[in-house]
Amino acid sequence: MSPTTNSNVVFEDVSKFYGEVLGVNRVNLSLPPGVTSLVGPNGSGKTTLMNLVTGLVRPTQGCVSVLGLTPDEPEEFFRHVGYCTQFDSFPKGVTGFEFINQSLRLRGLTGNEAARLTAEAIDRVTMGEAAHRRVAGYSKGMRQRIRLAQAIAHHPTVLVLDEPLNGLDPMARAESINLFEALGKQGLHVIISSHVLHEVDKISDQVVLMSYGYVVAEGQIHGVRTEVKEHPMQILVRCAHPGLLASRLFSHDHVVEAKLNNDGKGVLVRTKDADMFYQLLNKIVVEEDFAVDTVAPNDDDVNSVYQYLIGNGGGTV
Amino acid sequence: MSTAAVARAGKSWNDVPWQLWASQLAAILRIEIKKTLWMRRSIWIYLLAFAPAVMFGIHALTSPMGRNCSIEEDTRVLAYTFQIFYLRVGIFFGCMGLFTWLFRGEIVEKSLHYYFLSPMRRELLVAGKFLAGFITASLVFASSVLLCFIFAYGHFGPTGRAFVFNGPGFGQLTAYLFVTILACLGFGAIFLALSLIFKNPIIPGVVVLLWESFHAVAPSLLQKFSVTFYLKQLSPVTIPPDGLMALFTVVAEPVSPWLAVPGLLALSVATLVFAGYRIRRTEISYLAD
Ligand SMILES: Nc1ncnc2c1ncn2[C@@H]1O[C@H](COP(=O)(O)OP(=O)(O)O)[C@@H](O)[C@H]1O
Ligand SMILES: [Mg+2]
Repeated sequence: MSPTTNSNVVFEDVSKFYGEVLGVNRVNLSLPPGVTSLVGPNGSGKTTLMNLVTGLVRPTQGCVSVLGLTPDEPEEFFRHVGYCTQFDSFPKGVTGFEFINQSLRLRGLTGNEAARLTAEAIDRVTMGEAAHRRVAGYSKGMRQRIRLAQAIAHHPTVLVLDEPLNGLDPMARAESINLFEALGKQGLHVIISSHVLHEVDKISDQVVLMSYGYVVAEGQIHGVRTEVKEHPMQILVRCAHPGLLASRLFSHDHVVEAKLNNDGKGVLVRTKDADMFYQLLNKIVVEEDFAVDTVAPNDDDVNSVYQYLIGNGGGTV
Repeated sequence: MSTAAVARAGKSWNDVPWQLWASQLAAILRIEIKKTLWMRRSIWIYLLAFAPAVMFGIHALTSPMGRNCSIEEDTRVLAYTFQIFYLRVGIFFGCMGLFTWLFRGEIVEKSLHYYFLSPMRRELLVAGKFLAGFITASLVFASSVLLCFIFAYGHFGPTGRAFVFNGPGFGQLTAYLFVTILACLGFGAIFLALSLIFKNPIIPGVVVLLWESFHAVAPSLLQKFSVTFYLKQLSPVTIPPDGLMALFTVVAEPVSPWLAVPGLLALSVATLVFAGYRIRRTEISYLAD
């Protein structure tokens, strides 16, 4: 394979099936440096995507590369990649310090280098006091932080973090978010998964929305929430006089587009504000006195995911 | 060979990151030896390993200066203990417990991914874990065999000493220790590889046990795929097949140590190469377990 000089994390038509179960399907992505959030409900395939990036599972189809490297060259690959998994587990009997130190020694570092980097990583997650206690006695938040420290200890350029805010108290959460943001600003790839969009949207340079194993939306979105709110929503209205309806709709700001449907029996409306559109539609219907057969959002899938993610139900999973 | 080809071959040899591998191997050994030596699961392995030493110890105490026994008798008992107990039971089950747990343990405790996320070839991990298990098993079983030997001949006083240092004793001890170490190597490799194929190694373990016990009835070519086949050839004091077994035994042409040792090494290396091939395809999915 020729070494491609690619600075992105690239998925090319990647599918992963666990036997019959779909993990992810036909994923095409090219993630540039910065903070990327993978967002989607539980079971949508975020962890699968991250395991694919880091070689913990193999694609059933397609290929994944990181900076042009694959996990088949582990010695080079894992010098660049750090992964904090969803598994809240540790090698048996270790203290926080030993946990990080021994994983650095496995990288072939000398005792001194390893000790220095261990101390530095522990410092970054402010775990200094508990570092020499056994991990078995840590709280969930402390375990999460020490695992984060282990993932960043070797200064990776690609950092993959599976639900890194789980189990953290608000203060540790804020600290972690600041850390991710800082690392992203330094030009690292920071890939974070979350099932709650508003947790990560403020620091994300890119967002990848996932649902049922598919990437349903993806982009360099700043402040996704407002953008999602303004995301033109397609609504198909079937009614008796589509031409008339279309002409009445044009003059309104929130209507981006109103065109006759291909079959001539409806209007396809793109609006930035669904609520205002529905109010307007009611007004027109009353004023013009014509019958509306159906009103339905056109891109159901994306919308339901958006709704799930930004709806106030976001926190109650 | 053209000079260019030589240069290329030389370069690729230099390209191999020996130093990195050596320090990574050392790191694996530090972690794994500590784990295998001190893990709670190892207790029964210690009990199994040192049970015969205790028996020989009791025998030595109850028969001071060889009052109730003879050197020939003790030599034979030691030979039987070694071939029947150590090779077929002690080292066999000890290695089964130790080597099948090297990777299974990491999966059960959900910690294997830490190794898989290191910048380390998975084959090196297999080698490191195997080596750690091998060192532990060899230490435990060789010291137990050594104790048996000391108890078997120590209580004869000067006669025993003469047997050991001026007779065949010392040679036999060396051979026992050597075979013990080879047994750990062979059984270790087989059980490590089995643990990467089967989630529960009990049933394949039983199959291996039956094969290792009764391979003597198989055609002589097949016998060569048995660890015990080589070990029997190398054991210093031969015991003839007796009872029912003798009827069915196919006497394979005896193999000289010069073939038996490389044969066993080749069997172990082939098994480990297979294990390396398996581990490359291993995915982390603790859920499914
Ligand atoms: N090891 C596995 N074996 C079988 N199915 C799996 C396995 N891992 C994940 N899945 C399935 O793949 C889908 C995606 O899961 P996952 O990637 O864990 O999603 P998420 O991280 O977004 O919650 C789910 O339907 C899950 O049940
Ligand atoms: Mg997940």
